[in-house]
Amino acid sequence: MTAEPVSRVPGQRHASGYDEPTRERLLADAAAIVARYPQQRSALLPLLHLVQAEDGYVSPRGITFAAQTLGLTTAEVSAVATFYTQFKRHPNGTYTVGVCTTALCAVMGGDAIWEELVEHLGIGHDETTDDGAVTLERVECNAACDYAPVVMVNWEFFDNQTPDSATALVDDLRAGRPVTPTRGADQVVTFKQMSRVLAGFPDGRADEGVGAGPATLVGLRVAHENGWAAPAHGEHGDGASVTPTDAAPPTGTPGSSAERTPTTPADSAPPAATPRAKRPGTQEKGS
Amino acid sequence: MATTLTPVLSAHWDADRAWSMASYEASGGYAGLRKALAMAPADLVTTVKDSGLRGRGGAGFPTGMKWSFLSPPDGGPRYLVVNADESEPGTCKDVPLLLASPHALVEGMAITAFAIGCHHAFVYIRGEVLHATRRLQQAVAEAYAAGYLGKDVLGTGFDLELTVHVGAGAYICGEETALLDSLEGLRGQPRLKPPFPAAAGLYARPTTVNNVETIASVPGIVLGGASWFTSMGTERSAGHGLFSLSGHVERPGQYEAPLGITLRELLEMAGGIRKGHQLKFWTPGGSSTPLFTAEHLDVPLDYESVGKAGSMLGTRALQIFDETTSVVRAVTRWLEFYKHESCGKCTPCREGTYWLVAILKRLEGGQGAPGDIELLLDLCDNILGRAFCALGDGATSPVTSAVKYFREEFEAGMHTPADVLFPPENSSLFAYTPRPRAQLAGVHR
Repeated sequence: MTAEPVSRVPGQRHASGYDEPTRERLLADAAAIVARYPQQRSALLPLLHLVQAEDGYVSPRGITFAAQTLGLTTAEVSAVATFYTQFKRHPNGTYTVGVCTTALCAVMGGDAIWEELVEHLGIGHDETTDDGAVTLERVECNAACDYAPVVMVNWEFFDNQTPDSATALVDDLRAGRPVTPTRGADQVVTFKQMSRVLAGFPDGRADEGVGAGPATLVGLRVAHENGWAAPAHGEHGDGASVTPTDAAPPTGTPGSSAERTPTTPADSAPPAATPRAKRPGTQEKGS
Repeated sequence: MATTLTPVLSAHWDADRAWSMASYEASGGYAGLRKALAMAPADLVTTVKDSGLRGRGGAGFPTGMKWSFLSPPDGGPRYLVVNADESEPGTCKDVPLLLASPHALVEGMAITAFAIGCHHAFVYIRGEVLHATRRLQQAVAEAYAAGYLGKDVLGTGFDLELTVHVGAGAYICGEETALLDSLEGLRGQPRLKPPFPAAAGLYARPTTVNNVETIASVPGIVLGGASWFTSMGTERSAGHGLFSLSGHVERPGQYEAPLGITLRELLEMAGGIRKGHQLKFWTPGGSSTPLFTAEHLDVPLDYESVGKAGSMLGTRALQIFDETTSVVRAVTRWLEFYKHESCGKCTPCREGTYWLVAILKRLEGGQGAPGDIELLLDLCDNILGRAFCALGDGATSPVTSAVKYFREEFEAGMHTPADVLFPPENSSLFAYTPRPRAQLAGVHR
C-alpha cells in the first residue's frame, strides 16, 4: 500500500517512489493518457493532474514518475509544474475553497467573503486548515461573473454567495457533510477525485445537476416573453435546401467531395453578394 | 428601431437535459454536420467566409479567412484547436455554453475539421471548470458512439479524433500560441510570430485556433446559409453573439443578440441598473478593453463602432458598475490579476504590471505621491506596444481609460483612501461591516 505523502522536510529524504501495485496502476493510466496525443510530451499536464489524483499534490515521486514516463528530466517536469497555479507544491486540503476577488466579484462582495473566511478559518491564501479539510485561495475570474460573488469548491460553482453562506459552506466541509454546488454535480468530490477527472478519466457525474442556472437563461426568458426569435433558416433564400449555398455543381457521393479540386469560380472566390433582406433582428419600437 | 434578442446558441439551453445528445438531436442538432459532409470542404470555407463570422474570443478576426490562411495541404497533419480557456475577467459565455450545450461545440468542430482537412482536433479547456469538463467529456464520448467522431464519420470515409485537454490554471494560455505551447506539454508562454499557427502551429504543423462560441456558431451557418447569418448584425459585424451582463444590473446574465445592439437596449431587457443607482463605468468586452461610461450607452456593440468610440468589442463581457464603486479599487483588482497572470517572458509586462500594482495600491490606500498618475501613464506607455503579447497591452487598458474618465479619483488617492470615498459596503450585493485591515490574519496584500 502506498505510504501517505508528506511534505518534503529540508535535510530529510522524501518518499522516493510508488510501491509496485500503485506503479502498475499509474502506468496503465499514463499509457491511456499518452495514447491521446500524436506526441507524448503533450501528456505532461494530464499526467500531473494524475499525480495530484494519487498524492494530493505534485509530489517529488510524482515528478519522477512523470519524467520517467515521458523521457524528460525531473527539472523539465518541475519547470512546467511550477508554471501552473493548479499544480500544488505541497499537500492540498481535501477541498480547495476559492473566493473570487477579481474586480467584478470583489466589488459585488467577494472582498467581504474573503475577509470573513480568513477570520473564520484563521488561515490566509494558499494555507490549509489544521484538519487538512480546507485549503483557502483567492482565485481569479472563473467565468461566472453573472453569478457574482462566486466561490469555487474544488472547481465547482457556488453562485451568488454571501459571508454567511460561505462560512456555512466551509463549516460543512470541515464537518465532513456533503455539499452541493449551485451548478455542478450532486455533491462536491474530493481534490484527488477531481484531479482524476481533470486528467481525463470521467467519474460518471456529467448528468448530475442543472443544465443552466437562472442567469444563463435570463436572455432566453426575455426572448420567450416577447416572442423574439432568431430568423428561421430558409427565410433568406439559401438555407432551406440541403444543397450548397453557392452555385457549385452537385458534389457527388459523400466522401469524394473531400478530394475535390476547385472546379468552379465559387470554389476559390466568394459568390456575388446577395441582396440583403431587412434585418430580422430588428423591429419597430413598441411592436 | 429597437433591437430584439436572437437566441441561436442559447435557444435550447432550457430544454430538459439540454446537454445530452438526445436533447441536442431533438432540437435539430447534427443536421449541420450531415449537410456539411455532403458539401465540398472548399465550399464550407467559402460559406463561413461569406457569413462574415468573426472570432468570438475577442480579437474578431474573420473566421473563414483564418481557415483559408492555413498552409496548403502537403500530406501531413493539419490541426483544429478550440480555445476553451475562458479566463478574461468579465467573460462568462463559453462555460455556460459548455455546461448546457457541449454538443454544439462538438458538431462545430466536426464540420470545421472536415472543412480544413483536419483529422485530429483538440479542445483546450481551462482546468477550473470541473462540471463543464465533465459535460464536454461525455458529449465527446456520445459523439464517438453515434459515429459523429472516430473512423469513417457517418460512413463518409472521413476520420476524426477529438481530444479534450484540460489546462491547469494560467490566463496566458488563452493566447493562442501560449495555448499551443501548453498543449505540447510546455510552460504556457507565447511564441514569436511569424510563423503564425496557420503555417506552424501545433507540433509545427498548420493549425487554426478558434474560440468555443465561434466554432459553435458554424453548424447554424452551414444550415441557414451565409445570408441567414448576415441578416443579423451589421454590415461588417455580422450575426448573433452572446452578451454577458454582470455587476450592478437587476438581471445579470446571458443575452444573445445581433451584434450592434446597444447597452441601453440590453439594460432595458435586464431591468436596468440596480434600483436607486446610476451607471458609472463599464467594460464592453472584458477587463482588457478600455472602460466606457454613461456617455457610451448608445454605442452600437459591433467591432467598428466600439473601436471608433475608443475601446474594443472583445468578448462582449459587459461588467457594469454603479456610482458606489471606486474606480481605483476596481482597476487595482484588475491589475493584480494581470500581475499574477503575467507569464514572465517579456520585461515590459512582467515588471510593468508589478509596478503598476504597487502604485495603484498606494493610491487605493490614500497614500499616493505627487506624480503617481503621470508615473502610471508612463508605465502604460512603456508596456503598450512593447509587450510580447496582447496580455501586456490589455493590462494597460483599464489604467489609461480610468485615468482618462476619472482622473479626479486618482488625484484623491494622494490623500484619501478609496474605501473612505467609496465605502465598499455600498457596492456589495449584501450588507456587511468591513473589517479594519490590521485585524486580519494572513491576508496577503
